[in-house]
Amino acid sequence: MSRMQSCFDALQKSGRKALIAYITAGDPHPDHTVALMHTLVESGADIIELGVPFSDPMADGPVIQAACERALTHNTSLHQVLGMVGEFRKLDERTPVVLMGYQNPIEVMGVSQFARAANQSQIDGVLTVDLPFEQAESVLNIYQQYALDTIFLIAPTTNPTRIKKICDNSSGFVYYVSLKGVTGAGHLDISEVKNKVAQIKQVSALPVGVGFGIKDAESAKTIASIADAVVVGSAIIRQIEANVSDHTAMHNNIKTLLLGMREAMDDNSNNSSIKQEVA
Amino acid sequence: MPRTASQISGQIPFTQVPDKQGMFGEYGGRYVAETLIEPLTQLEEAYLKYKDESEFLAELDADFAHYVGRPSPLYHAQRLSQKYAGAQIYLKREDLNHTGAHKINNTIGQALLAKRMGKTRIIAETGAGQHGVASAAVAARLGLECVVYMGEDDIHRQAPNVYRMRLLGAKVVPVTSGSKTFKDALNEAMRDWVTNVDSTFYIIGTVAGPHPYPLLVRDFQAIIGREARAQHYERTDCLPDALVACVGGGSNAIGLFNPFLDDAAVKMYGVEAAGLGIDTNKHAAPLNAGRPGVLHGNRTYLMEDENGQIIETHTIAAGLDYPGVGPELAWLKDIGRVQYDSVTDVEALAAFHELTRVEGIIPALESSHAMAYAVKLAAGMSRDQNIIVNLSGRGDKDINTVAKIEGIEI
Repeated sequence: MSRMQSCFDALQKSGRKALIAYITAGDPHPDHTVALMHTLVESGADIIELGVPFSDPMADGPVIQAACERALTHNTSLHQVLGMVGEFRKLDERTPVVLMGYQNPIEVMGVSQFARAANQSQIDGVLTVDLPFEQAESVLNIYQQYALDTIFLIAPTTNPTRIKKICDNSSGFVYYVSLKGVTGAGHLDISEVKNKVAQIKQVSALPVGVGFGIKDAESAKTIASIADAVVVGSAIIRQIEANVSDHTAMHNNIKTLLLGMREAMDDNSNNSSIKQEVA
Repeated sequence: MPRTASQISGQIPFTQVPDKQGMFGEYGGRYVAETLIEPLTQLEEAYLKYKDESEFLAELDADFAHYVGRPSPLYHAQRLSQKYAGAQIYLKREDLNHTGAHKINNTIGQALLAKRMGKTRIIAETGAGQHGVASAAVAARLGLECVVYMGEDDIHRQAPNVYRMRLLGAKVVPVTSGSKTFKDALNEAMRDWVTNVDSTFYIIGTVAGPHPYPLLVRDFQAIIGREARAQHYERTDCLPDALVACVGGGSNAIGLFNPFLDDAAVKMYGVEAAGLGIDTNKHAAPLNAGRPGVLHGNRTYLMEDENGQIIETHTIAAGLDYPGVGPELAWLKDIGRVQYDSVTDVEALAAFHELTRVEGIIPALESSHAMAYAVKLAAGMSRDQNIIVNLSGRGDKDINTVAKIEGIEI
């Protein structure tokens, strides 16, 4: 069983939802990334999404753009990012790690070479923002060969036929983009998210993660009540950005943020399991 | 019947690209975040529905004639031709179009689509400002809201065009991310589109971006080549021997080249910006010195570093300052149908002055790259041969840049 699947299975058994935490590798400096990854796990994250910095992050809002720029100031490369996960694995063999980024850095390394290296670093999945499944046919075969889950996005604009096709090409989990917009935007429509997650559930048994626009304990709690996983990114990066030169504060603030989310989400599942028992 | 170029080369016929997935050979495609797939599909469907519809074409033709001022003349540059004692040089005068460049051909077409699709808001990206002005003009004319994204550095370099856009009622938004130039303006326009997909039509200004943009921008710009082909034939009873156009994103080049692709005897030359020189790394010549990758929704030649990060470009001509190039131009390179070369800032500047003084035409710095190459090409050809150069824009917007370089205060 894959690390990702074990993770979701265990969560389901305990009636909890997954907290997926995103940071951009190399932000604020490549030397800090592994420590930040451990902090994410200590603060309640179940899965880490590690962003591979790109010069032209077209789908990202200003917060993650700035994170990419900080990382690229230190020339953080895909090679280095793979090394960081290898380093992280020395102390943590349990937490699934998904790389999230854009296609061009992968192409430059070569898709096969990247997949082999990712497998060696015990990376669990790849989410390439600008690679819809139509463009991914050859890539999918290679990732499968190296036991890498392929996570695709589903958007509010995605029609039902396409939702099915995306799910058929996905493994690990599917990622529902909760709003029309870029990462870190702030206009979440809960009832629409709920409908769409239900639509996805009808055609797929995969866990559904929801991201974009989740910024505090309250929104995490709401999303956790309707999806299998809550993805939080820009809210964490804001803490990095605000404390670039004070690492203690950076780690502490991230902990406070994530523990708050974790608590709210778990509170949710306790309530719902109590309700179920009563029912 | 003479064989066509595609029959001779054994390639995919030129009339059959892009394919349904928007691929020109291995280039093009739709490399975008999922949210944009549906709006791109809707745009593709709308375009395929209207592109051959007589009412749509009649409106487009009428706008070309009465708003843009088409057909643009094909001018025989006799003094310039005599000076180089070689091929006869003809200039396709896109500089005489309304708003001063070929860009309006495309914005007129896309605006008509926007209207039919019921969109109320236009967004655009711009580098030199020509596409921004052309977008602002068509938006004003249709009474649509218009937002233009422009790199902060370009806003300073192209102040007159910024003011022109504002006069036309557009909101010009400075882009401060990344390298603060054209490529970042394109990223920002995409981010706006993703956020406002329901109300907004994104008018991309060049033959790059995700499918169907390279297709529809090419088709709207192909009026340049169709006119030039007929005008040249009328004047000389034959086809030209060579075509020359500058290449940034490539819309003026593909517009001229497209209707000639099957004329195997017509040679085509695309001229990229060599900036300070190809070997200095300070240039904007992905076809000459880049390699294939994925950016802005399509696979094409790119300027990138060893880690796949897009690198900053340099050229005197803001409209050529782009690290990518249209996917069709990339394909035409690989199959050998178009030859690509490059011209430095210094050579382009000399050509700018030469055309101004010899023919009384002030060319845009972008088009000056094509001119610099064309005279070299002409010099090696015979007097009974003909070259058509796409004079894609006028130089009024560049006089501040040129004066500054030459230490003149105006």
